[in-house]
Amino acid sequence: MAQLLKGETGEWEIVIGLEVHAQVSSEAKLFSSAATKFGAEPNSQVSLVDAAMPGMLPVINKECVRQAIKTGLGINAKINLFSVFDRKNYFYPDLPQGYQISQFKQPIVGEGFLEIEVSDGAKKIGIERLHLEQDAGKSIHDQHPSRSFIDLNRSGVALMEIVSKPDIRSGEEAGAYLKKLRSIVRYLGTCDGNMQEGSLRCDVNVSVRKPGEELGTRCEIKNVNSIRFVQQAIEYEARRQIEIIEDGHLINQETRLFDPNRGETRSMRSKEEAHDYRYFPDPDLLPLKFDDALVQAIASDMPELPDAKRTRFIEEYELSEADATLLVEERETAEFYEEMAAGRDKKLSANWLGTELFGALNKEGLSLAESPITAESLGRLIELISDGTISGRIAKDVFVDMFESGEDALDIVERKGLTQISDAGAILELVESVISDNASKVAEFRNGKDKLFGFFVGQVMKKSQGKANPKLVNNLLKDKLG
Amino acid sequence: MSSILDLDLASARSALQKKEVSAVELTETYLSVMSSNDHLNCYITSTPEKALDMASKSDHRINSGDALPLDGIPIAIKDLFCTDGVLTTAGSHILNGFIPTYESSVTENLWENGAVMLGKCNMDEFAMGSANTTSYFGAVENPWRSDDRQKSPLVPGGSSGGSASAVASRLALAATGTDTGGSIRQPGSFCGIVGLKPTYGRCSRWGTIAFASSLDQAGPLTRTVRDAAIMLKAMAGHDPKDSTSANLQVPDFESALTNDVRGLRIGVPREYLLDGMPSEIEKLLETGIEMLRTAGATIVDVSMPHTKFALPTYYIIAPAEASSNLARYDGVRYGLRIEGDNLDDMYEKTRSVGFGAEVKRRILIGTYVLSAGYYDAYYLKAQRVRSLIKQDFDLVFDNVDVLLTPTAPSDAFAIGENDDDPIKMYLNDIFTVPASLAGVPAISVPVGLSKNKLPLGLQIIGKMFDEELVLRVGGALEGMAGFKSRPAGGA
Repeated sequence: MAQLLKGETGEWEIVIGLEVHAQVSSEAKLFSSAATKFGAEPNSQVSLVDAAMPGMLPVINKECVRQAIKTGLGINAKINLFSVFDRKNYFYPDLPQGYQISQFKQPIVGEGFLEIEVSDGAKKIGIERLHLEQDAGKSIHDQHPSRSFIDLNRSGVALMEIVSKPDIRSGEEAGAYLKKLRSIVRYLGTCDGNMQEGSLRCDVNVSVRKPGEELGTRCEIKNVNSIRFVQQAIEYEARRQIEIIEDGHLINQETRLFDPNRGETRSMRSKEEAHDYRYFPDPDLLPLKFDDALVQAIASDMPELPDAKRTRFIEEYELSEADATLLVEERETAEFYEEMAAGRDKKLSANWLGTELFGALNKEGLSLAESPITAESLGRLIELISDGTISGRIAKDVFVDMFESGEDALDIVERKGLTQISDAGAILELVESVISDNASKVAEFRNGKDKLFGFFVGQVMKKSQGKANPKLVNNLLKDKLG
Repeated sequence: MSSILDLDLASARSALQKKEVSAVELTETYLSVMSSNDHLNCYITSTPEKALDMASKSDHRINSGDALPLDGIPIAIKDLFCTDGVLTTAGSHILNGFIPTYESSVTENLWENGAVMLGKCNMDEFAMGSANTTSYFGAVENPWRSDDRQKSPLVPGGSSGGSASAVASRLALAATGTDTGGSIRQPGSFCGIVGLKPTYGRCSRWGTIAFASSLDQAGPLTRTVRDAAIMLKAMAGHDPKDSTSANLQVPDFESALTNDVRGLRIGVPREYLLDGMPSEIEKLLETGIEMLRTAGATIVDVSMPHTKFALPTYYIIAPAEASSNLARYDGVRYGLRIEGDNLDDMYEKTRSVGFGAEVKRRILIGTYVLSAGYYDAYYLKAQRVRSLIKQDFDLVFDNVDVLLTPTAPSDAFAIGENDDDPIKMYLNDIFTVPASLAGVPAISVPVGLSKNKLPLGLQIIGKMFDEELVLRVGGALEGMAGFKSRPAGGA
């Protein structure tokens, strides 16, 4: 929700814009055929082009273009059929060409938006643009006391820079925006969204103002690499700026770095030290042109995105908003759920997936893809509960077995003889035996100590080793005690 | 021996195929005159072992009846083309010791056609110059000697000066060059040989060290127009590794050489007649006009109003692109590195020592015109003017088939003569730059001698990808001019 910070002079509004660098999921780099796999030996995925050897030329990777278009459609944005690659010139050892090929004035994707859900409801966040550009290599400074090393594996990898409008008003909204964006690119398969490996990186623009006033001077915080850090950086930076302004000083427009160890931002370079990038159209590349048919073909092949899926889950499966939101955040979860719940109790399925399976996976530090229980197998467990073969209580034990062994629910139930006892005669015997064994408690109950009822239920269930149908136990106990 | 050297490429090709001479014999002859003419400084690197190895393979193919189109033809390569396993310098110290692990597409095409590499030719540093005096490896001499300056060595023109001098002095049968604003045609004119700049996109730029990417184009320097046609056929072709390479079939240029210009409309742009231009240049143009008219062409007076803006436009766009293209020479990965106290110090020292004065001048100009606050006034405006210059060509080619102009505003000058006056040096390109900016093909053909008894060329400019007509008219002009003079120097 929009959050106002209290300062000495009153309340302040935080204005936030995010620039997200999302690594395009593609086999090859943006302008070369070198591989893009994460974690390879340093400098093992470097073509002559990526190392900027003399005379080398870039050739656009069409797959990256398709991925950018797909992402653009996923964020409800205008796709530009004509766009231009520019050179952004600056010197750095991990930038072999001495320029980054990027898109400056004419990006491949124009304005769009995302919807986020925050504690005070839904909100639309505008997107300014998405453009394609090359990543730089990596400088490694901690291997030698006086030398730096360069790893060019990342040099030339395709990035989508996605720039939001300054529509975000709190760390919570920033987090929700990033989660939604990450969810969308993962659904689309255009970026794996992995912030730890750096395939999703975030620069945060923060300014503060009194509500209703003009925008304040902003600071850009570079390379904040987790959603939690983004929220921390915003919080810290907003407080820092408010303090400066309230002390009667002005904010310097500058680039800052977030230090996750100390939870603070530090000045990196001021506006005066900013580079003059001398952008100009890259003469090695023709303007990027494609026709609407390509866009239509990609549009017709789009998966159902999280917002649409969430609405469908609520309407079709009568799930709560909270359940639906949780289930659609990851495409894999939604797919798992739909497979497990097909033809089965939807609400019960959602509960078992959300509570039991995710609980067990989290405890073991496993992802859904690594789950020892398949969607179909968990679905069969739901069936056994729904048709009364086992009680919910027994089902939890069966689940533990399934999680350990990967065995099918029904096999476990049969092998261990856990089938629920629904034979009234058999249960009546147990009820009568409990009543006769506990004469004094029966007397107390009949004298008005109602809460002892649970005790009798427990005793019967115990005698049945948990297998008695709880409903029948209840009914028969009421009859016999009443 | 001299009779072998007198064979032009086409004649040598036929002598080789008739086995009147072997490829090894021909190659040995060239290698021998190369080593006795070191003073011309045409070559930075000669590759005799490679040449003999290639020649003997050519002989083998010729003898087994599998001869390739250029089998056994010894040629020289401008040192801007990367050659696998052979030192490649771009005429610069900054590439100190750089040996590519890859072969440029143009040279690869030549080797696949059986050509034999004699070595790598000297050139202006990064192809920046019009006199071949900016090379780290020293100036190249023109084999021609002026009547009135007998003792003073002359420039061969630039930037493909080593290539032009090598071909003119019989130190190669043909050579590759590159032309960004006139770097094939102007040295062709100065050295009395043929220089062809093909249409932008005709030859791949992959593996050729970039000067100004939107202008650079490889082409041949040869003794005859037919030789140029043969060389271009082998060099050209679509290359998926170069996004600006044209996806077109390569015609058989040689078959276009009919010498028939009857009915052709040949435009002479009046803007190419400059005030203060030597009268002998104007006279040469008149001679060309007369020859073509006599041969049955119609001469048309045309106007290309934006011509006068071409040179200033070129000297904004080319340095702008160069300033960015040359950023990769930073001492980090290859070539020269001068260690410094820190990163910036290493950059400064490496680039200060590695680049020569002319390259530095153009990097500074280019950096300036792209800077925030100046971009619109210089670079953007230059791009707009470039569109108008292109439009001049589009319009004029609605009316005429080719254009006839002088190649250069003077004959060859003495080494050192214009070195302290960059503007005067840049004026050398005044007739060649417009075609470069428009991307259209153009050839320089030797037509006559100046009063100093130095060669002078005329330029034929054609429509995009119409090298066939450019070569046809060039061939006709060559035939009528009958230029037979030979330089005093060389083999």
